[in-house]
Amino acid sequence: MKKKDVILISVVLVIALISFGILKFMQKDGKEVIVTMNGKMVYTTDLREDQVYKIPVKDGENVMEISDGKVRMKKADCPDQICKHHRAIEKSGETIVCLPHKVVIEISSDTKEQELDGITR
Amino acid sequence: MTKRVAADGLFISLSLVVSYIEVMLPIPLGIPGVKIGLANAVIMVLLFFSTWQRALGISVLRIVLAGFLFGNPMTIVYSLAGGVLSLFVMVILKKMEEFSAVGISVGGGVAHNLGQLTVAVLLMENAKIYYYAPVLLITGTIAGIAIGALTGVLIKKMPKQLF
Repeated sequence: MKKKDVILISVVLVIALISFGILKFMQKDGKEVIVTMNGKMVYTTDLREDQVYKIPVKDGENVMEISDGKVRMKKADCPDQICKHHRAIEKSGETIVCLPHKVVIEISSDTKEQELDGITR
Repeated sequence: MTKRVAADGLFISLSLVVSYIEVMLPIPLGIPGVKIGLANAVIMVLLFFSTWQRALGISVLRIVLAGFLFGNPMTIVYSLAGGVLSLFVMVILKKMEEFSAVGISVGGGVAHNLGQLTVAVLLMENAKIYYYAPVLLITGTIAGIAIGALTGVLIKKMPKQLF
């Protein structure tokens, strides 16, 4: 290893820790669950309402489950199963992504804020 | 020429085998899909002993083949974005001649993760996914250090006439 290697590694880790700290600092208890497909919102619900919701994916299946204030992907028929293995989420800003079906489940602390800046086009 | 074809076949097979091992052994972090990137050691050895064009060719072939063999066509888009950006950063870092294999590999690992994340944000049209950026910076750095150390050993031990 050279000296410049250590500098490079330190710079990346410092950036990561600062952004991690900022995200954690801004994080609040989640209130609303928002489901988007192709960047369009398809469903919102209260995080405190236990339920099972079938996301209307074309040619596929994604089933989300809310229980005890936590959301997880209960079922998914995509090949990689990454969303299904993701841990349950509960804090604002956290997301579960299903790349093949272009589905994002995210948690917000407030509905209005979400509509303004959650979706980019 | 024949030797070159044989050697390239060997490198592609090797990178495919290590990609497959990674599919079989996921890293339990709560966030699935995090990989150490063993195939990058093959790409880096090529970068050190041969040309970047050859490294790029092997990398692209590996990603397309691995996508069809044990991924899905959708993942090829993400892997290509990560792979190409990673190689681009590694070529620049190597040209600077200021970094060892570890530094080059860390740059590549971080670039790979950020490239994939950016493609995900664009395809899903949802910027909230950048939430994963800090974690991916850290995992990219750790994976980069490991692969860089491995590459350092490989370029000392591997016979140059193979290339």
